[in-house]
Amino acid sequence: MIELKGLHKSYITGNNKLHVLKGLDLIIEQGELISVMGSSGSGKSTLLNVLGILDSYDEGYYKLNNTLMNNLTEKKAAHYRNNMIGFVFQSFNLISFKNAMENVALPLYYQGVSRKKRNQIALEYLDRMGLKEWADHMPNELSGGQMQRVAIARSMISKPKVILADEPTGALDSTTSLEVMDLFREINSSGITIIIVTHEKDISEKTDRIIYLKDGIIESEFISKN
Amino acid sequence: MFDIDKWQEIFSTIQKNKLRTFLTGFSVAWGIFMLIVLLGSGKGLENGIHSNFDADAANSIWIFPGQTSIPYKGIQPGKYVRFTNEDYERLKREINNLERISSRYDIRGNDLISYKNEYGSFGINTVHPDMEFIENSFPIKGRFINNIDIEKSRKVAVIGDLVEEALFKNGKSPIGEYIKIQGIPFKVVGVYSENSNNDGERRRVYIPISTAQMIFDGGNRVNNIALSVKDMTLDESKQFEEKLKASFAANHNFDKEDDRAIFIRNNQENIKEFQNAFQGIRLFIWVIGIGTIIAGIVGVSNIMIIVVKERTKEIGIRKAIGATPWSIVSSILQESILITSFAGYIGLVLGVALMEIIAKNVPADSMMFKNPEIDMNVAISATILLIISGTFAGYIPARRAAKIKPVVALRDE
Repeated sequence: MIELKGLHKSYITGNNKLHVLKGLDLIIEQGELISVMGSSGSGKSTLLNVLGILDSYDEGYYKLNNTLMNNLTEKKAAHYRNNMIGFVFQSFNLISFKNAMENVALPLYYQGVSRKKRNQIALEYLDRMGLKEWADHMPNELSGGQMQRVAIARSMISKPKVILADEPTGALDSTTSLEVMDLFREINSSGITIIIVTHEKDISEKTDRIIYLKDGIIESEFISKN
Repeated sequence: MFDIDKWQEIFSTIQKNKLRTFLTGFSVAWGIFMLIVLLGSGKGLENGIHSNFDADAANSIWIFPGQTSIPYKGIQPGKYVRFTNEDYERLKREINNLERISSRYDIRGNDLISYKNEYGSFGINTVHPDMEFIENSFPIKGRFINNIDIEKSRKVAVIGDLVEEALFKNGKSPIGEYIKIQGIPFKVVGVYSENSNNDGERRRVYIPISTAQMIFDGGNRVNNIALSVKDMTLDESKQFEEKLKASFAANHNFDKEDDRAIFIRNNQENIKEFQNAFQGIRLFIWVIGIGTIIAGIVGVSNIMIIVVKERTKEIGIRKAIGATPWSIVSSILQESILITSFAGYIGLVLGVALMEIIAKNVPADSMMFKNPEIDMNVAISATILLIISGTFAGYIPARRAAKIKPVVALRDE
């Protein structure tokens, strides 16, 4: 499903070259629930950006669903993001002037689904998140947990192969965090691969497999007990 | 190409970002509005002043006799200068760039004119055929006085359209009818009208000068001479005036320095001065107009840059969930084009409406302001220019924003 081999990535800022990923090898199978841990600067966010085709890499290769993700045109990258990947961010990243339903429906807009149909589908997903009554509300009228659930609904609406979550519980309290993790588990059980970047141990323990990153390489890997 | 869903998306974006929409639109609408008002007012002012000259040919020169004020060759001052047909013939001979010439004899006695039972008091002008072009009294029915009328001293008359209105109340065509001037019947051969603010210009009756001199005891007397010459510069026109004066001084025995012996009214001189002044005003209006447009362009550009900056994060989100760069650029541009065109149109309509209101409220006989017409081509080109520059101003930052990697755009705070 996801295959990384000898992946290198460095950022050049002025005269400084910052080598972030130093030869990552990783294979993730369809339907896994994985967390990536590591201290800040370990390269976990960079890894997630590369996986999400939000960022490019320098060396090695990255195959998603047996397709090599390299030197993609912006258009092609947009197409893959739209069809194969769902994103969940720490700061939710909902569009502030669109209500919950419209936010959820947005990925379908870029697939050319008609307004009526995509809003209807968005409502179904909101219903699954228990947020049907909040469909007309703007993001600033929702709590953090609600916003994250809207964002999760948005990441799922295009039926992606994989959901990438960058510190999805970073802005939430512990109770809500656990609720969100339960939600991820539930989504995972329907067969969608989920990769969660986090630095919270109790969050990572809710996943099946934990990868520890340190200084741009995989330091260790655990299969979780549950 | 026309994608309803895209427009719906754009409309909902506009609807939910009212301030930014208003600001973009306002700078465009204001620019166009000011341009229209400026151009309209300038034209109105020009038309107003110009209408004062419309009555006579712009290049006409009028010569009137006076009374000497300087002793000359033993003749005491105070001698009346008298013009005769001889002066008319001489000018015709002497002036080589002469265009038109006509002399006039003033009939003594009352100016009452009658047709059957209708009476009226009208200006009686005795003229040569060329007067048609000096006074700009163009016939709307029949003809003007012609050379045969002069040669045969025919008793014919050309009347103003207001004279027709006053005398021929039954709606009958006056052509071929006889009107009476001091009891003597004249056959009406034409009706003229003039584009003038002054009704007096349209309440005249023209008759041949030869007929008038013969019937009303004029002999060969002439009261004034009007002429026009081919295009001259202001300097040439002044020189010409001096030459005219010298010619009359030589033939009528007065000092050519005497500025009361004859009077010369030179329309050309007046009109040239006004033309120069108006060229200045026109230039001034254009400079300000272009300045206004540039201010509008800068305003739109600034706002578009800010808009794109403000939307960077939104663009990042959209890209993360699958928007192509082109879909981002095109939606920003379509939004900007929509707003600027609509605002430009509003500015256009408001500007034209204001000029209409002003035009309706200035008195019809205003000498200062008249017909503030707006050159629609200029107005529409200016609007299009603003739309294009707004688009261009939006395009560059929009492209840059669409090229930014989503990670960068999404980077928190």
